[in-house]
Amino acid sequence: MTPILEVKNLSTHFMTRRGVLKAIDDVSFAVGQKEIVGLVGESGSGKSITGFSILGLVDPPGRVVSGQILFKGEDLLKLSPAAMRTIRGKRIAMIFQDPMMTLNPVLSIGTQMIETVLAHGKVSRAEAWARSRDALGLVGIPSPEERLDAYPHQFSGGMRQRVAIAIALLHRPDLIIADEPTTALDVTIQSQILFEIKRLAAEFGMALIWISHDLGVVAALADRIMVMYAGKIVEAGQVDGVLTEPRHPYTSGLLSAVPAAVPRGEPLRPIPGFAPSPLSRPSGCAFRDRCARATDVCATEPMPEIAAGREFRCFHPHLWSVA
Amino acid sequence: MTVFVIRRFLQSIAVLLVTAIIVFIGIYAIGDPIEMLISPDASPAERAQVITSLGLDKPLWQQFLTFAWNALHGDLGRSFVFNRPSISLIFERLPATLELTLTGLVFALVLGIPLGLLSGLKPNSATDEAIMTGSIFGFSLPSFWQGMMLIMIFSVWLGWLPSTGRGQMGEFLGIRSSLFTLDGLAHLILPAINLSLFKLSLVIRLTRTGVRETMPLDFVKFARAKGLSEKRIVFVHVFKNILVPLITVVGLELGSMLAFAVVTETIFAWPGIGKLLIDSIMRLDRPVVVAYLLVIVSLFIFINFVVDVLYSLVDPRVRLGDAQ
Repeated sequence: MTPILEVKNLSTHFMTRRGVLKAIDDVSFAVGQKEIVGLVGESGSGKSITGFSILGLVDPPGRVVSGQILFKGEDLLKLSPAAMRTIRGKRIAMIFQDPMMTLNPVLSIGTQMIETVLAHGKVSRAEAWARSRDALGLVGIPSPEERLDAYPHQFSGGMRQRVAIAIALLHRPDLIIADEPTTALDVTIQSQILFEIKRLAAEFGMALIWISHDLGVVAALADRIMVMYAGKIVEAGQVDGVLTEPRHPYTSGLLSAVPAAVPRGEPLRPIPGFAPSPLSRPSGCAFRDRCARATDVCATEPMPEIAAGREFRCFHPHLWSVA
Repeated sequence: MTVFVIRRFLQSIAVLLVTAIIVFIGIYAIGDPIEMLISPDASPAERAQVITSLGLDKPLWQQFLTFAWNALHGDLGRSFVFNRPSISLIFERLPATLELTLTGLVFALVLGIPLGLLSGLKPNSATDEAIMTGSIFGFSLPSFWQGMMLIMIFSVWLGWLPSTGRGQMGEFLGIRSSLFTLDGLAHLILPAINLSLFKLSLVIRLTRTGVRETMPLDFVKFARAKGLSEKRIVFVHVFKNILVPLITVVGLELGSMLAFAVVTETIFAWPGIGKLLIDSIMRLDRPVVVAYLLVIVSLFIFINFVVDVLYSLVDPRVRLGDAQ
């Protein structure tokens, strides 16, 4: 099966006054059709920038400096701004982290939905209105006709995120990039939204990149998981494998810092130290200063290794008995 | 909304009353108009007669009560100098000032908003720097000096535009105004520019700041992610958010333009209420000064009311009825 999205050697750098900030450094991955991929990492690991890079929405002074983003075989980086605009919101949609901030406070929900329909094709206003209403109904918003006239401040956070999801669904995109869409919500609302998105993705056969720092959420949702650290993907593979038998020490470190993953009564083991500043990352493996397994060889750049459907960048991976 | 209007109306009456008291006492303290009105060689009998006829022999509180009682019946007193109702003096001159002020305001908005957008969308570019530097001149050069320079350049040296008076007036839909004749327009240009330069700089800066604050917000990025055109993002999503502060400030400034058109009207000999005020203060023509200030305060109150209503139209989060 050909992947719907293939990212090859993508680097996005920010040209700041204090130097070049390598937000993403040589990232490669693929997303298959209808596949749900979880992109996990700490704050500042570059996971959100990866999402924005795909849509061409990196704000200056940031810039994609090298690589390819092949969407259905076409390199998005080579498209004109006008051509890119026809992809955004139509073939690839995005859902943002904070639902309180993503909707324009002075425009009605209807306006913000209808304009999205009208931006990608000649349809009558009445039809755009009907499609917006149906999309609202689809994400479980009661009495959608009336809600189209309402303004964002009349909605709760969870409802606003449903509106944002409805907007993303308007054109039945092939791929949705969801940037921590449940982080700002209550836990109960979180699981509802999670369930809805999973249902809708399956129903419409959409692929999904789910960006999160929450391993629990990704475990419940994703087919495959990618772990990012300091602008690089350090480990990628099927969810079950990565979470039960992590190869990269950073992944195992993340897992033993999650409360649910540690048996009751045992202390959590936080990863010692801090993620390095993106302005002054050490040469070689960026994780080596915090890693118990590091040796001298880690000062050189580890190349991605692929073994049994698992990809990781480490000289000293955890070894699990191969069953 | 009804509750809002009623409450605002009651507040307005209180404001008018307080203003009237302050102005009345203030002008009383400035000086005795008798010295200005009667020639020094008038006999004591003539003097006493004038003082009584103007009601100046009564104590201050009584003068005020008489004034307030008459004001309630729509009579704001007669001018000492012209011996005509002061309110009709003001309303005779008000159209000239309104014409000048509104033209200036339109000028400031029509030029200021596009320049501000241009500046804010390309921050730190050469265009932005040029516009910002220009607006510093608008802010910092004193209005009277700007006026004199405009006259010197366009009237004296180039001889393009007239420098004094209101010119010919035309009539349209029963309104007499300089806007309706070419000669009138020519007379209007320089004073309108003079009055609007400061506001123009203000509008540029407000718009620029608004754009700079709004562009990095999430909803703009989300609008991009939806695939909207840049035109729609700027002119609908960003612009409607900028309108809120813009309306507030422009509303307040419109009031101050009306009230302080004095300088411009003096320089260009524009026959508006500003010039009437200066003349009346010089002659200690109390009724005209008091009436002028009350009219201006009423205008301020009215403009603020309009601003509040516009506000609620632009920003759905503002609900006029349930304000505490």
